[in-house]
Amino acid sequence: MAQTIGTHGEPDLRPAGLRGVAADFSSDQRAFKTASWGKAMMWIFLLSDTFVFGCFLIAYMTARMSTPVAWPNPSEVFALHIGGQDVPLILIAIMTFVLISSSGTMAMAVNFGYRRERHRTAMLMLLTALLGACFVGMQAFEWTKLITEGVRPWENPWGAAQFGSTFFMITGFHGTHVTIGVIFLLIVARKVWRGDFDQERRGFFTSRRGRYEAVEIMGLYWHFVDLVWVFIFAFFYLW
Amino acid sequence: MNETTAHAHIQAGQQLQTGQQHPIRLYLFVWGMLFVLSAFSYMVDYLGLQGYLRWTLILLFMMLKAGLIVAVFMHMAWERLALVYAILLPPLLVLVFVALMVSEADYTIFTRLAFFGTAP
Repeated sequence: MAQTIGTHGEPDLRPAGLRGVAADFSSDQRAFKTASWGKAMMWIFLLSDTFVFGCFLIAYMTARMSTPVAWPNPSEVFALHIGGQDVPLILIAIMTFVLISSSGTMAMAVNFGYRRERHRTAMLMLLTALLGACFVGMQAFEWTKLITEGVRPWENPWGAAQFGSTFFMITGFHGTHVTIGVIFLLIVARKVWRGDFDQERRGFFTSRRGRYEAVEIMGLYWHFVDLVWVFIFAFFYLW
Repeated sequence: MNETTAHAHIQAGQQLQTGQQHPIRLYLFVWGMLFVLSAFSYMVDYLGLQGYLRWTLILLFMMLKAGLIVAVFMHMAWERLALVYAILLPPLLVLVFVALMVSEADYTIFTRLAFFGTAP
């Protein structure tokens, strides 16, 4: 029987590969042997959210493919006038780097959480929240700029009318996710700072023991927000 | 809750407290790779590449970035295959939906051009 080393450092006697998949799903009580219910449920929520964003991007593709009117060139629409010349797509590039950096600090926070360095974990989570708030701020700036230039969900000065509606729908929904993530981060960071996960203090809502896994589950959500931006950046801004 | 299950619960809790330990260097490396790949994606637009080269490069950098985030930052590389398959296989069905809507969009633009000329 093939053996794998589990994530907990001790040898795991469960079979690996497809045989392992079959064994896990046909076993008693739980299919996901190394993921707690909290982590598994976050993954399943993220899967459903994948379909939501998938549908938005498909709707955008359908609108763009089925209109005979030229699609506005995002490279020019999202250019900024810096130092006497137009730099294409520069704001979106900065937003991308900010969000990737926040993903990096979040990954570090999860790592330090499992090392039980609670102050460092909390500070990294606050830094992640700050970068997330920066991202939302830049998005608000971008919306304001486009609205003053005459972009509406039903028309815009440059081409196909569907551009505005898909833009506001997709970036608006993503920005909402980032905002909820920032709030979620502040709540978990406060718990980490207070030492809830060291003392296994029970949550106010679930009454379950606090564990550092909460930081990892928070991280899953945050990385997902970054992941969605990767797809929006590729399909909406670069295509 | 009887004594045995309470004990088992505490043990499980202690095990999970030490879960997912990886060297910081790995995270920093992935962070750097994401920066480089994003810079490459931006260069595709900045240099004004067009046509199939542009689309291939955009998709390539997108998939590499998505793969790194899911595998390392979200720890998918260290999960059991049962979870990996349960989460990563269903999104492939989105591709079927894409194929359906490509065919639908082709038909829509065909009817628009055939019956309305170039009107929206």
